[in-house]
Amino acid sequence: MAEIRNYTLNFGPQHPAAHGVLRLVLEMDGEVIQRADPHVGLLHRATEKLAEYKPYNQSIPYMDRLDYVSMMCNEHGYVLALERLLGIEAPLRAQYIRVMFDEITRILNHLMWLGTHALDVGAMTVFLYCFREREDLMDMYEAVSGARMHAAYYRPGGLYRDLPEQMPQYATNKYKSAKDVKRQNENRQGSLLDFIENFISRFPGYVDEYETLLTDNRIWKQRTVGIGVVSPERAMQLSFTGPMLRGSGIEWDLRKKQPYEVYERMDFDIPVGTNGDCYDRYLVRVEEMRQSTRIIKQCVDWLRQNPGSVMLDDHKLAPPKRETMKHDMESLIHHFKLFTEGYNLPVGEAYAAIEHPKGEFGIYLVSDGANKPYRLKIRAPGFPHLAAMDEMAKGHMLADVVAIIGTMDIVFGEIDR
Amino acid sequence: MSEYYKNLASKIRDRFGHAVSDCHVAYGELTLVVDKVDLIDVATALRDEADFACEEVMDVCGVDYLDFGNGAWEGPRFAVAYQLISLKNNHRIRLKVFVDGEPPILDSVIGVWAGANWYEREAFDLYGIVFAGHPDLRRILTDYGFIGHPFRKDFPLSGNVEMRYDPEQQRVIYEPVSIELRINQPRTIPDDHRYANRHKDEGVVDG
Repeated sequence: MAEIRNYTLNFGPQHPAAHGVLRLVLEMDGEVIQRADPHVGLLHRATEKLAEYKPYNQSIPYMDRLDYVSMMCNEHGYVLALERLLGIEAPLRAQYIRVMFDEITRILNHLMWLGTHALDVGAMTVFLYCFREREDLMDMYEAVSGARMHAAYYRPGGLYRDLPEQMPQYATNKYKSAKDVKRQNENRQGSLLDFIENFISRFPGYVDEYETLLTDNRIWKQRTVGIGVVSPERAMQLSFTGPMLRGSGIEWDLRKKQPYEVYERMDFDIPVGTNGDCYDRYLVRVEEMRQSTRIIKQCVDWLRQNPGSVMLDDHKLAPPKRETMKHDMESLIHHFKLFTEGYNLPVGEAYAAIEHPKGEFGIYLVSDGANKPYRLKIRAPGFPHLAAMDEMAKGHMLADVVAIIGTMDIVFGEIDR
Repeated sequence: MSEYYKNLASKIRDRFGHAVSDCHVAYGELTLVVDKVDLIDVATALRDEADFACEEVMDVCGVDYLDFGNGAWEGPRFAVAYQLISLKNNHRIRLKVFVDGEPPILDSVIGVWAGANWYEREAFDLYGIVFAGHPDLRRILTDYGFIGHPFRKDFPLSGNVEMRYDPEQQRVIYEPVSIELRINQPRTIPDDHRYANRHKDEGVVDG
């Protein structure tokens, strides 16, 4: 037998466990990783440069496409940066809706993460379960914005529109019988808030199902316990945020520490890990889903009792009503100016950060007073996590690389931008 | 929060003296501009001293000021902005360093914050800012063999080359771009009276 032990292995970019287009060049000693060199940028679209050539509002849909599994949270970061420079604040009802949809997005993201992570490690069923619930969450997106994923729902100064009074229902067609449709429409009889409330009453039971499949599963534990251990000191050195930081035992959550919108009125807990391995990060994220349902419940209760406006009444930022445009010249001018030239920001710079499902999502915005950003920098949470790949994977087996990619919650839309 | 940052700003000014050329609070955020020769000293102090305790660097990014205010900019062309955060004291500090020259050269802060590694590679890739002492300063986001630094203001949005598969040569070839850059809405800087007195209200403290 030939005595070749050291060799270089190319992993991806088209590999199902690479979560997109990650190319990893691995230097191996037998089956042990000596060095991992991730090559990123295969999905680079220069979002930041494109934004420099567009009025501010036209970049909101680009934000959806950054991290395409937590769309509204990206918008939130961008909109907060604009609001800080404009010196405005959204109406209270809009803030509650934003918080509610941020948490819906968090569940959406964590379900995607859990499903694919478990699938990579070898558990097929969890994936199917997770995608069943994601369907309901995407319907919430659709009900409110008209799009299942790329919502473009948040605007500086509030939201595109209020929550719908009636949850949209399925219709029969040649593939769906009346019986099927009736079953699907069962919990869609009321408003969107009724549907959300119904969902979060069911959801903790679903989380129990995932946990039954994984938490005490011998194979799952063998694949995740003690894999990719990061000490708290290293986690801080490596710019970790979000569940990656909390998994290492540091209690840091922007929703608690630097609360934005109405998070300071919410009652919830921050789960923290102890060992900093893949299993602890799994536990942290699963608990975050449970905490998110608590926050959503509080938002739903408040929103039911407090109707009101969801957008500032400033036509420099918010379009006027369609009816008024028919007879009011001012409205027509405002509408035209807003959708062509847009609005301009004062000279200055701001860094707005939110607790995105993956970590800290920040927008650094430099304005020179124009109607377009001078420089927009997106601080994607996955970027420093992936940068730590080499350190986390060193000394592990090839199969563990897949578990480490999974635990990082990598999405290339945000890393490559 | 703004009061807290004003206190922090005066602490920074006392501590670093001439190394800090500007230190101000605007929009509730503290910005600190340092000279590039003092970068590593200031960064190390910001990390290690209990008053600042910035354990993490959240973001490092380049900015090209070539067209700022439609050409009204007079300072050095490039800047690198470091967004620092202190988990212990729960505050954020933005550290900015201006740099000029071709290529613009700056010391790498990897020795202070290991997390800056890929961010510096990104700033090098997109702006051509060279970080002295970086162990692995390769391009990161652009293609293998890419020419130029695409986020510089004098680099066209549509790029310089396009690629296609050539069936005769049976390989991918590069050609000058054939599309014309189309911008639907011009960039305008109106004289906006609403923002004229903004900074006075905010109470910006000069350095």
